[in-house]
Amino acid sequence: MGFTRGFRRRHPETPAGVELPPGQYLTDGFPVLSAGPTPRVPLDEWEFTITGSVAEERRWSWEEFQALPRETPTVDIHCVTSWSKLGTEWEGVSVDTLLDGVEPLGAYTMVHSYGGYTTNLAIEDITDGKAWVVYGYDGEPLSAEHGGPARLLVPHLYFWKSAKWVRGIDVIDDDEPGFWESLGYHDRGDPWLEQRYQGD
Amino acid sequence: MIRETPTAATLVLGVDGWPGHRAGQHLDVRLTAEDGYTAQRSYSIASAPEDGVPAITVERLDDGEVSPYLVDDARAGDRLEVRGPVGGWFVWDASQGGPLWLIGGGSGVVPLMSMLRHRQRAGSDAQARLLLSARTPRDVFYRAELQAFDVTYTYTREAPAGWTGYARRVDRAMLAEAGFPPAARPRIFVCGATGFVEGVAAELVGLGHGADRIRTERFGATG
Repeated sequence: MGFTRGFRRRHPETPAGVELPPGQYLTDGFPVLSAGPTPRVPLDEWEFTITGSVAEERRWSWEEFQALPRETPTVDIHCVTSWSKLGTEWEGVSVDTLLDGVEPLGAYTMVHSYGGYTTNLAIEDITDGKAWVVYGYDGEPLSAEHGGPARLLVPHLYFWKSAKWVRGIDVIDDDEPGFWESLGYHDRGDPWLEQRYQGD
Repeated sequence: MIRETPTAATLVLGVDGWPGHRAGQHLDVRLTAEDGYTAQRSYSIASAPEDGVPAITVERLDDGEVSPYLVDDARAGDRLEVRGPVGGWFVWDASQGGPLWLIGGGSGVVPLMSMLRHRQRAGSDAQARLLLSARTPRDVFYRAELQAFDVTYTYTREAPAGWTGYARRVDRAMLAEAGFPPAARPRIFVCGATGFVEGVAAELVGLGHGADRIRTERFGATG
């Protein structure tokens, strides 16, 4: 395929020093995409669990979770629908903190959310500083529309992996496709390799 | 190419080896400029699966990168890079039955139209209703074709002269009147800008529709 007759760039050039993954464009907004209605989770019912192929399962209530060491990652995020947003500021708990002492015995996870959403992630994609469970965005509590009370944040993969309304990580021995992965999206989702869909 | 409104057009794409699609799916269009610059965006497929070829209806966004080209510049015979079909969630097959309740805001009607066209071509007897919010009658896609379906319109900026129908944003009262009650357990598909979808989905849940019966697809950006 050569070029598209008559097509030329309209948007401003990407700022110098900024490199976007292939096929992405910059947005100033913060689009919301979802599969269904936004779940509403009262904080007195919220809990986060680590379960499955682990030496020891864990559970935190909202208050217990708030007492964990917190971090404020600033990261670039990339959506499979092609928008990217740079320098997003979050507050939450590193997954390394949550897995500290848990000793995962499986190499993969299925992340579960309130409302039924799931996504699969390899242990190595959510450890060593690569992932957080965040409850603050841009200095405010994370809104329900963007995944509050808390969502997973895995910025090195397409943002569908950053499961909104997260409730737990189930460690499993073999990789299995989660919600979007079962519907045609890539199992891993690395935006730098443009792994949008199955077979990419 | 078919002009739908002053700012929107339907492009019928002849794709060699198109594998077919399901009503509600979308495809990705990628444009490449002579200097190698590329831009890609997703567009819902408007045509029924039975048509055999994908047609997309594109609304020109003033600050858009791809839509202005597709709506204003593309001509019959032009070649576009297309990938798809994509999406397995926001889909409806006639074999799934109804009642089917489609709720669209503006250009959100596109994947819903694919479902209505499929229902007709498949000879389905599933009940189907469309609640369509548009700014003005001139902004309604497929206006003539929609006369054959059970459509309730609401206009949010300017209604036709003598209009006795809804003339406001979709709200809970309208949803209670214009669709199916929860007891009918309709399959509900909501599509439009994120604010529209968020509000409608929340009201549907508030009316007693199960969250698992509501599928949403959101267009566009939000601040």
